[in-house]
Amino acid sequence: MSVQESQPVAGSPTVMHRVMTGNALVAVLAVVMSLILGGLLIALTDPDVASAASYFFSRPQDTLAAAWSAASGAYLALFQGSIFNFEGETFTRMIYPLTQTLTVATPLICAGLGVALAFRAGLFNIGAQGQILIGATFAGWVGFTLDLPAGIHLLLVILAGMLGGALWAGLVGVLKARTGAHEVILTIMLNYVAVNLVLYFLSTPAFQRPGSTNPISPQLDATALYPPLLGPEFRLHWGFVVAVLATVFVWWLLNRSTVGFEFRAVGANASAARTAGISVSKGYILAMAIAGALAGLAGVAQVSGTEKVLTSGVAASFGFDAITVALLGRSSPWGTFAAGLLFGAFRAGGVTMQASTGTSIDIVLVVQSLIVLFIAAPPLVRSLFRLPVPGAFPAPKSAKDRTSAATGGTA
Amino acid sequence: MKLELKGITKRFGTLVANDHIDLVVEPGQVHSLLGENGAGKSTLMNVLYGLYDPTEGEILVNDKSVTFRGPGDAMAAGIGMVHQHFMLVPVFTVAENVALGNEATKAGGMLDLSDTRAKIRAISDQYGFDVDPDAVVENLPVGVQQRVEIIKALVRNAEVLILDEPTAVLTPKETDELLGIMGQLKADGKSIVFISHKLREVKAVSDVITVVRRGKVVGTADPGASTTELASLMVGRAVSLTLQKEPAHPGEVSFSVRDLVVQAANGQRVVDGLSFDVAQGEILAIAGVQGNGQTELTEAILGLQNHVRGSILLDGQELLGRGVKDIIRAGVGFVPEDRSVEGLVGSFSVAENLILNRYDQAPFARGLSMSSAIIEKNADEKIAEYDVRTQSAAAAAGTLSGGNQQKLVMARELSRPLKLFIASQPTRGVDVGSIEFLHRRILQERDGGTPVIIVSTELDEVLELADRIAVLYRGRLMGIVPGTVSRDVLGLMMAGMPGDEALAQATNVRGEMQ
Repeated sequence: MSVQESQPVAGSPTVMHRVMTGNALVAVLAVVMSLILGGLLIALTDPDVASAASYFFSRPQDTLAAAWSAASGAYLALFQGSIFNFEGETFTRMIYPLTQTLTVATPLICAGLGVALAFRAGLFNIGAQGQILIGATFAGWVGFTLDLPAGIHLLLVILAGMLGGALWAGLVGVLKARTGAHEVILTIMLNYVAVNLVLYFLSTPAFQRPGSTNPISPQLDATALYPPLLGPEFRLHWGFVVAVLATVFVWWLLNRSTVGFEFRAVGANASAARTAGISVSKGYILAMAIAGALAGLAGVAQVSGTEKVLTSGVAASFGFDAITVALLGRSSPWGTFAAGLLFGAFRAGGVTMQASTGTSIDIVLVVQSLIVLFIAAPPLVRSLFRLPVPGAFPAPKSAKDRTSAATGGTA
Repeated sequence: MKLELKGITKRFGTLVANDHIDLVVEPGQVHSLLGENGAGKSTLMNVLYGLYDPTEGEILVNDKSVTFRGPGDAMAAGIGMVHQHFMLVPVFTVAENVALGNEATKAGGMLDLSDTRAKIRAISDQYGFDVDPDAVVENLPVGVQQRVEIIKALVRNAEVLILDEPTAVLTPKETDELLGIMGQLKADGKSIVFISHKLREVKAVSDVITVVRRGKVVGTADPGASTTELASLMVGRAVSLTLQKEPAHPGEVSFSVRDLVVQAANGQRVVDGLSFDVAQGEILAIAGVQGNGQTELTEAILGLQNHVRGSILLDGQELLGRGVKDIIRAGVGFVPEDRSVEGLVGSFSVAENLILNRYDQAPFARGLSMSSAIIEKNADEKIAEYDVRTQSAAAAAGTLSGGNQQKLVMARELSRPLKLFIASQPTRGVDVGSIEFLHRRILQERDGGTPVIIVSTELDEVLELADRIAVLYRGRLMGIVPGTVSRDVLGLMMAGMPGDEALAQATNVRGEMQ
């Protein structure tokens, strides 16, 4: 009919869909904007700036200089703590921050891939946290209970972790496919179930250290641990390589395999997929199971990479950060990988920042949250940077609203 | 009231939707705006109704220039609009809907509808609308809902009424009634702007016809002009409206439906005991007003419906109870009625959409791995063969025009060996130029010996393609009549009269008239 109807009508793109697939430039600009606002916040909360501001009207340049030094100092410390420490005495000391970033990024990438993959199949997986925990529990149990030769033991730990996550998330897929229950509610609730279940397990003898009643498991056997990747002086382990492989796998799965084609079709337009003979139920179940397996890998990275024991805090907040990581990565495998690295850097560098400049690590969390906020509101970033609105035709005067307003008639 | 548009131009970025359009609507005139989908008719009317600001040009009411900042201004100036999709609140009564926007209130802020009710009754009596002010809108038939929209405009003293594709949702009988109402309004001195792409209706009611193509007025035509002339003006080249159709050579009956019952989730029988056969090399058209069980019937054949009883036999094999994928593999080609929802994944590329139901079969996939080279080659071939206008095979299918999307779906379904071809609304929202092409393809499939089922609510299309016509009414078969039957008979059957009665009555009426 009219011009506005010739716009692409791809199924019914939800708000969530728009948020998760915004364009790359918006993601980059969101990061930039957040860093700028974070810098302002650092300056505003800095005691030197505050004292300089008390005589702002007589010497304003003092305030500005203090603000600049506070913000730049904090970000410099963030960089030194996450990428390269040029004040380091040895080469090892210099690149140590980068390896820390990669270590922290490993679970973020794995779990982020899980969220991203589920999202491409039209499922909003909030449950990475629970899936990591259950994956870590399975992996940890195999790691400290079974006595197996090196190689096989680690392999079994990895498989157990993936299985745990896959079962936990697959359950959501089955419930959604069979009963139509909403995956957001299911995954949120299963997060609570998972964390309390792990606490319970840790109160049983099968999971406790002999002779101890603390909720902490025995250390995993040496054969069950990821070997260090660069040598014993770094914490970086082979789990990072697994994360890279997982990224490659998810890329292949989504873009080059029939299974990924089904996932994407189900995610983009379930009724067209059904009409084309694709089983939507199977898509939901399989996508959730694979997403859970990926989150399970994050659990493995924690329990047999960095932590080496199972506690109820083994997942930290990786499962929730994974959602942000997938968001920032626009649900693409390599985008998620890059976003995982960025968030790894924030986390690793935040500690250094707090230690060396006194800027609270909470600022890093603020910056992270601002990134999500900006990504969730692409029109905001677009209008700030005067980017054109995507799509061939703008909808001037927002025809829809006006038409519905016209219904009642303003006459 | 005289309404004049002078040099109206509307641009969206680089796209010119309206290009210096001049239009004069005289009082007491039905002025038709004829054009293909996307020609810019609706954009022009949205400008006129204050929904869009014109980039250039002016609107004159009784020779005075006016500016509309919104629909409120347009309504105050005496312009009323009936949208294609009704703007009514379903759970409100007629009176509440009419009052909405300028409600009168009694003391204490209580709604006072007595005045509105009286006005509705007056208008309803004057034009014979037969509308009860206290009826709840969602319980009314579509035709009556449309009258509520017209009342809404008339209550606000509209002198110019814009009707945007008003007949798209109506039965043939309701359409005739609407055309009658338009005549009465005209006699009363109201002007009507009638937007349509249905040539027959435009010819029947218009005083002046303005033809719009690609945002420009390409000419005015006399209502006496032939449909072929009008169509050529509309499309910009000669089109043949009548297919040169060879008579069918029906072969063996290879598809039969027996006692098919489809139940909706609420237990209602939406398809109620259907039995029919389709032979190889023939087209059976399923006619009926939208929502009389056609959708459920085609979905049941494809295995998309859950509560189905009866039997569906293709080449002697039962299809009922098998999965969709299985039925597609058995050789059933299906063009769904709403291509953007069921036929295509809008965000997928043209190439991906062309293999949407064969993505896991050779040569497109080996094991789990898909071959992008073969998929692209297939896309290039199909794009050329079916003349799909797209920037590239990698372009998202959602960016294509309606006609090209339909060609895409048709290309996918017809490019594998079929044992049965079902097309639902094969040319809905498709431009006149592409209709001919799509119809030829369907005929080609028939002549290749495939049983073909066409579901259409457009009588023109049914009469054009069908070798036999089955009419559905409330899920029941009103009868199967030959493809050469008259419009009147089909109209009666679509309103619920069994085929033999309808045939008898139509001949009687003709007899009496002579």
